[in-house]
Amino acid sequence: MAQGIFVITEQRGGTFRKVSFEALSEGRRLADAKNAPLAAIVCGSGVEDTAAALEKYGPDRILVADDASLADYTTDAYTNVIAKAVQSEDPELILIGASITGKDLSARLAARLDAGLAMDCVGIRLEGDDFIFTRPMYGGKVIADVKINGTPKLAAIRPNVMAIAEAPRSSAVEKIDAEAGEVKTRIVEWKLESTDKVELTEADIVVSGGRGTGGDFSAIEALADALGGAVGASRTAVDEGWRPHSDQVGQTGKVVSPNLYVACGISGAIQHLAGMSTSKVIVAINKDPEAPIFSKADYGVVGDLAQVVPAMTEEVKKLK
Amino acid sequence: MEIVVLVKQVPDTESLIQIAGDGVSIKTEDLKWVMNPYDEFAVEEALRIKEAQGGTVTILSMGPAKTVETIRTALAMGADKGIHINDPAAEGSDALATAKILAAALKEMPYDLIIAGMRAVDGDNYQVAPAVAELLGIPQITQVIQEEITGDTIRCTQVVEGGAAVIEAKLPVLFTAQRGLNEPRYASLPGIMKAKKKPLDTKTLADLGVDAATVGAQNQKVQITALNPPPARQAITMIEGDDPQTLAVNLVKKLHEEAKVL
Ligand SMILES: Cc1cc2nc3c(=O)[nH]c(=O)nc-3n(C[C@H](O)[C@H](O)[C@H](O)COP(=O)(O)OP(=O)(O)OC[C@H]3O[C@@H](n4cnc5c(N)ncnc54)[C@H](O)[C@@H]3O)c2cc1C
Ligand SMILES: Nc1ncnc2c1ncn2[C@@H]1O[C@H](COP(=O)(O)O)[C@@H](O)[C@H]1O
Repeated sequence: MAQGIFVITEQRGGTFRKVSFEALSEGRRLADAKNAPLAAIVCGSGVEDTAAALEKYGPDRILVADDASLADYTTDAYTNVIAKAVQSEDPELILIGASITGKDLSARLAARLDAGLAMDCVGIRLEGDDFIFTRPMYGGKVIADVKINGTPKLAAIRPNVMAIAEAPRSSAVEKIDAEAGEVKTRIVEWKLESTDKVELTEADIVVSGGRGTGGDFSAIEALADALGGAVGASRTAVDEGWRPHSDQVGQTGKVVSPNLYVACGISGAIQHLAGMSTSKVIVAINKDPEAPIFSKADYGVVGDLAQVVPAMTEEVKKLK
Repeated sequence: MEIVVLVKQVPDTESLIQIAGDGVSIKTEDLKWVMNPYDEFAVEEALRIKEAQGGTVTILSMGPAKTVETIRTALAMGADKGIHINDPAAEGSDALATAKILAAALKEMPYDLIIAGMRAVDGDNYQVAPAVAELLGIPQITQVIQEEITGDTIRCTQVVEGGAAVIEAKLPVLFTAQRGLNEPRYASLPGIMKAKKKPLDTKTLADLGVDAATVGAQNQKVQITALNPPPARQAITMIEGDDPQTLAVNLVKKLHEEAKVL
């Protein structure tokens, strides 16, 4: 019978994505509740030392697929390697971070394993012996409880939602079969922005601007900088060419769940809310007291963002 | 170039979504149904490729009778023909079962390129397209914002966290459209007239050789046990202050001392 929990981690150049720690911590919690073993899977090239660092989050075993052909993520190679590990180990539950790569991989892997996948989960709980996964649907307008019939059960977890908890133990590090098999895609080029920028979906704090900025994002950027956060934008700000599409938050942009989301000069259209409604604390700064964003925010400021935001930045600097 | 676009009909994103009496589905009576926004990008890209190098654009969509409207919209944009999979036994299929049905249809058609949306904005699953690629044994490139075809090779720019990756593969390939790929055209009036005469086949599971006992609501691997409204937020605290300076001071104080997020 299928038993135990697998966590598929994601690393690029030896650095794990934060959501991998979130998935591992969640895996540890569920493994303890079920009294089941927890294994982390790491794929890459020259990643044995990197992998060992996962001990901190408490996997019983760390399974390392190390091969030059796994240096960069490709759907085919990673699916081939991980599917083989799953078939030989027969876990009950597989967790993965719902990053872009995680979505690409989990969907392919679920089809390969003929298994159910709950995408972009914001919670997992046990009811008796059954896992219940909660996931937003319709852009967060409803939250579904889902169960997965059959095993393995796959769940991709939304970045930034589940807590990271350290639970160090001495994990057994084991090499597993890293035969990539046939890979039908080739990575021609990486076009990565400077890595000192906080990735929007992983940021603890997001400061977003909309049409109300009038196109001047300098105050938004200064506040995000002072807070160590990332800059987001409404679709209008993107459509106007003020920000790149990679900054767009919402139904047709990114979904973010930071601890603090500051919406500046954003009206709060339903499609924008779809991208940020699971943020823990929402602040709205808008000159229109009737703006719909105020009905979804925790703190509201009626005022001109061009004046309020710089004053906030000054106050934040005083805190540090 | 034989291009197939996977299109789904979904509730308009403006729609008020209400939970039905059964607690596991939504009320569908008052919804406005539209083409999934990401599928619009997929259709547009298919038309551009066809315009550049010739070929046929086929729309493949599974759904109830009203799905025909969305297929006609794609035909009015310029697609050549439509295939509508409509079978009560397919209703309630989860993402993987949907992919199995679509893949069964695709196995009987010629294709060099399959384009889908990166996700459908109803279930937000991000799953059907990669599953179709897996079932057909062809490569997938998800979340594409740019593509270029030279001979039998496609080169796609895929969004990744912190940037993009340029990925190449030999056709046949399935890729999924991300916003940024293009600006979809509107259907013109002559386009709408012409669409009425374009071929639109309807298929059942039996036509596709799909065993009804493997799909549909009864055979979900991912099964909704409850739908709930999103957790309510506490009532908003409006920050007091007569000038921007005071407002800012009071806000930062609240965020620091009360919300404890700073
Ligand atoms: C299919 C579809 C998908 C969509 N996807 C998205 C998406 O992913 N993300 C998204 O954001 N939108 C999306 N939209 C668009 C969405 O419906 C709204 O049009 C958009 O979010 C509005 O952007 P905004 O709030 O910046 O602009 P507006 O709605 O114009 O609001 C501007 C706000 O700024 C305030 N303001 C103006 N000046 C100031 C000032 N000096 N100080 C303070 N406040 C000021 C105004 O009071 C107003 O509330 C989508 C729409 C559709 C149809
Ligand atoms: N019933 C369907 N008929 C045709 N294509 C579909 C269907 N469901 C999903 N798709 C395609 O798969 C993409 C992703 O859907 P999803 O996995 O549901 O988020 C959509 O954008 C469509 O291109």
